[in-house]
Amino acid sequence: MAKKVKLSEMTDMFKDVEVLALEGVTIEGDIELDLSGLGGGFDPMLAALLGQESAVLAQHFGRLASMFGVPVGIGAPATGASAAPAVSPALAAPKLKDLIPSKFDFSNIEEWTTQIQEVPIGNTSADGGSRGKRVLVGGEKALPFFPDAPMPNRNQVTIDVFDMRIGLAKAVKENYDEVMDSPGEWAKKNVDKFNADMITIHLISTDPLVKDTSPKEAAKTVEEVLQAVDVPIAIGGSGNPQKDPEVLARAAEVAEGERCLLASASLNLDYAAIAEAALKYDHDVLSWTQLDMNAQKELNRKLMKQCNVPRDRIIMDPTTAALGYGLDYAYTNMERIRLAALMGDEELTFPMSSGTTNAWGARESWMVSSPLKEDSDWGPREYRGPIWEIVTGLSLAIAGNDLFMMMHPTSVAVLKHITQTLFGTVEAEPVDLANWIGSGV
Amino acid sequence: MKINSPLEAYKYLPQTNCGECGEPTCMAFASKLIDRSGKTADCPPLVKEKKFAKKLAELDRLLAPEIRQVTIGVGDRAANIGGDDVLYRHKLTFFNKTKMFFDVADNMDEAALVERVKKISDYKKFYVGRNLLLDGVAIRAASNDPAKFAAAVKKVVENTELPVVLCSFNPAVLKAGLEVAKDKNPLLYAANKDNWKEVGELALEYKVPVVVSAFNDLDGLKTLAKTFAEAGIKDIVLDPGTYPSGKGLKDTFTNFLKIRRAGIMGDTEIAYPIMAMPLTAWMAGISDPVSASYWETVLASVFTIRYGDIMLLHSMDPYATMPEVHLAETIYTDPRSPVAVDSKMYKVGTPDENSPVLFTTNFALTYYTVESDLASNGINCWLLAVNTDGIGVEAAAAGGQLSADKVKDSFDKSGFDIHKDVTHNSVVIPGLAARLQGDLEDKLGVRVMVGPMDSGRLPGWMEKNWPPK
Ligand code: B12
Ligand code: SF4
Repeated sequence: MAKKVKLSEMTDMFKDVEVLALEGVTIEGDIELDLSGLGGGFDPMLAALLGQESAVLAQHFGRLASMFGVPVGIGAPATGASAAPAVSPALAAPKLKDLIPSKFDFSNIEEWTTQIQEVPIGNTSADGGSRGKRVLVGGEKALPFFPDAPMPNRNQVTIDVFDMRIGLAKAVKENYDEVMDSPGEWAKKNVDKFNADMITIHLISTDPLVKDTSPKEAAKTVEEVLQAVDVPIAIGGSGNPQKDPEVLARAAEVAEGERCLLASASLNLDYAAIAEAALKYDHDVLSWTQLDMNAQKELNRKLMKQCNVPRDRIIMDPTTAALGYGLDYAYTNMERIRLAALMGDEELTFPMSSGTTNAWGARESWMVSSPLKEDSDWGPREYRGPIWEIVTGLSLAIAGNDLFMMMHPTSVAVLKHITQTLFGTVEAEPVDLANWIGSGV
Repeated sequence: MKINSPLEAYKYLPQTNCGECGEPTCMAFASKLIDRSGKTADCPPLVKEKKFAKKLAELDRLLAPEIRQVTIGVGDRAANIGGDDVLYRHKLTFFNKTKMFFDVADNMDEAALVERVKKISDYKKFYVGRNLLLDGVAIRAASNDPAKFAAAVKKVVENTELPVVLCSFNPAVLKAGLEVAKDKNPLLYAANKDNWKEVGELALEYKVPVVVSAFNDLDGLKTLAKTFAEAGIKDIVLDPGTYPSGKGLKDTFTNFLKIRRAGIMGDTEIAYPIMAMPLTAWMAGISDPVSASYWETVLASVFTIRYGDIMLLHSMDPYATMPEVHLAETIYTDPRSPVAVDSKMYKVGTPDENSPVLFTTNFALTYYTVESDLASNGINCWLLAVNTDGIGVEAAAAGGQLSADKVKDSFDKSGFDIHKDVTHNSVVIPGLAARLQGDLEDKLGVRVMVGPMDSGRLPGWMEKNWPPK
């Protein structure tokens, strides 16, 4: 068996891609970063990714690619055998004489009429806040990654932080153990090490059945996080419908002017109180329903009509169920919502957010091994969990989801890499497929 | 499908309401034809009586799916691919789950090859009452040597019932493989702009399905498909190339969309199943196997959702295959109806009159989760699957499909009598249905014990609470 890398190493590899291509880090910084990556032990995987990325840079700096020594076609050794047929079977009356040319005709057949609302999260100093950047979600005029209309904004990932130590799957916990007692440090790690676009601070300790932390205490945690990082943040309650409105209102107040995403307004709590706090203190609202398109329409309508929340402050969470545990429902629900929106249903034309972390609830992602002895070996769970989170998120990205709430750093890195590839901002050295049959795949 | 209302299909039926199809009326049967839950062969008069022959042929033509269905292999494990009618699964459903073929190469040593073939054939992952399996073997002619390839194909077909894809651009090599596997209806990979004449003739001579391949060239692909179709080749699969990274991958994604959309919109020249090759992830310069497997799984996921009908894969690491087979199952379930088990009393292990009685719902995911938690811990018991229309415990309790009346009704219909068939006069209910406790005690006249929220904790709970004092 070839060598296995640690997931943390893998995360680093994918993370560098991100930094280089997409986050607009200055080129000087990049080169240093790259070269240090190539120093010591030369890692072909890292090199390949750098090679891919160097193509982006090469557009600006002609000679850069040669500096890196772009590894062309690693893993695809030429076999020598050409694809040209050597022998042709002798047949008396060949039926195939000439090619009958046919053109593939593709025009923009889909008549999608309506654009999804674009929603900003986070206020920079120009907008009256203190965030270092603003995140934009939504704005699509077609299904994700479809050629009918360019997708204006890439997918964004917000990484979870909790306001207390909680039980997490082992593979996840490893990454956070030393910061779990400090939301600020935790948030910092998510941004600095794991390349989070945003942070979600979950105020779960406010639940009366957990620690019953007061709204005032909880608000302090929010301030701590806002000070620790300068990315936009989402603020989540504990899920207790009686207490959440009060907790979120208080948090909204201390975060005034930062344009945070308040998570969540739902039909089974005082959504009006949350909407009011959002309007008063300049925040966005996450409109959360449970796998029910009609309930989603109802809540959005109430937020707009009853509570006067402007369209550019609403994001929807139609609920994420994990791969193998209801993803079929979650996928279809999102795809239907997005199609209805594109075809003009004004109650659904909002960007969507997914609690992708739910993937960690699937037994396949955390159980040590299969409970059934008949099953083929499930393999090490350290590798199962992150890919479960990736596949859950990726499926929903294709269904129309814009913003992802995630946990495992590797999942974040890989999800970003694939969604940005489909989005069109990842360059790679072209691969010659002609020899795939003979390659040492 | 060229028609979409039962009324249109009805015109072609005998209209006698004879009931032989199991439906009360021809109209009811017509709606089954339209939602594809029934097929014309199920109407005996239509098939048997000569006078209906014309109508039958016309109806079959109208009902044929937009995307051609192609069969690879023979027997029980033959793989059907294609056959779809819609672009979005909720509009109907996707038919013929994406088929996963794993590669072997003719330059592998024999023992390794046989071992890998066995591993592919034996793979299984239990899920809601069935096993998720892998579907076939793709044999790569890495040697480009006809004799070597023939030997490898022979070894493969001797060791598996699974269908195979013969992979070479060299017609002589393909012919050698076909000679060995000609009774197995293998898929030929592939005809391209250089070899199409020879490979096309092979497909005709051996009557096997064939892939036409043109990397990132849809005009070329369509030209090949059209040429083959005109020559009488019906079973065609399209390979537009699967680029594993960067802009190439984006192009590939776009190509899949364009092809499928054109096919569904009625362009019959390109309305064939599409082949994706996630295994090209291993050509993208990713050298460590975990990252490459992850990337391969990512590609497999993208093309399971967007229109890959058959795919060639390499990694057999469990963390790659497990999400792949699950996602195919997810995308290809019928979004209109939950997967359910029969509502009845099940025996777990060998229960007797002292064994506990429990109930759960008939949502397959719920039932099998509970059943496996009980069985794998050696708990002998009676387990009733209450008919909740295939909804899980919590959603059914919230939506009204799980109520005391429903539970009583399911007990009555199961023929199981709690008062007579067991001695303890007790029922254990799911923790998430705790709110039904009082109602149930009244309706069933037994002691109702509230179990844990998650059936995974039933073994510990039983130790503490069973038998009841
Ligand atoms: C998938 C899902 C759906 C699917 C249901 C698909 C299906 N066929 O069941 C759909 C989209 C249809 C759906 C609809 C609704 N849903 Co829903 N749904 C979920 C979701 C995401 C997962 C549920 C699930 O499948 N779990 C997995 C199965 C295996 O769990 P289970 O059946 O409960 O079984 C476990 C336990 O109960 C226990 N157990 C089972 N049997 C037994 C037996 C014994 C003896 C014991 C001891 C234990 C035990 O062990 C099992 C394994 O852990 C949950 C949220 C979540 N993540 O949990 C919401 C959830 C269940 N839904 C919810 C709601 C409100 C609804 C709707 C009413 C929404 C609406 N407004 O329309 C509808 C109702 C639909 C209906 N009844 O007709 C709420 C319920 C809230 C509540 N407690 O009252 C939840 C919790 C979401 C939420 N947080 O609000 N939903
Ligand atoms: S078997 Fe045919 S003729 Fe008889 S009721 Fe069914 S559809 Fe009508």
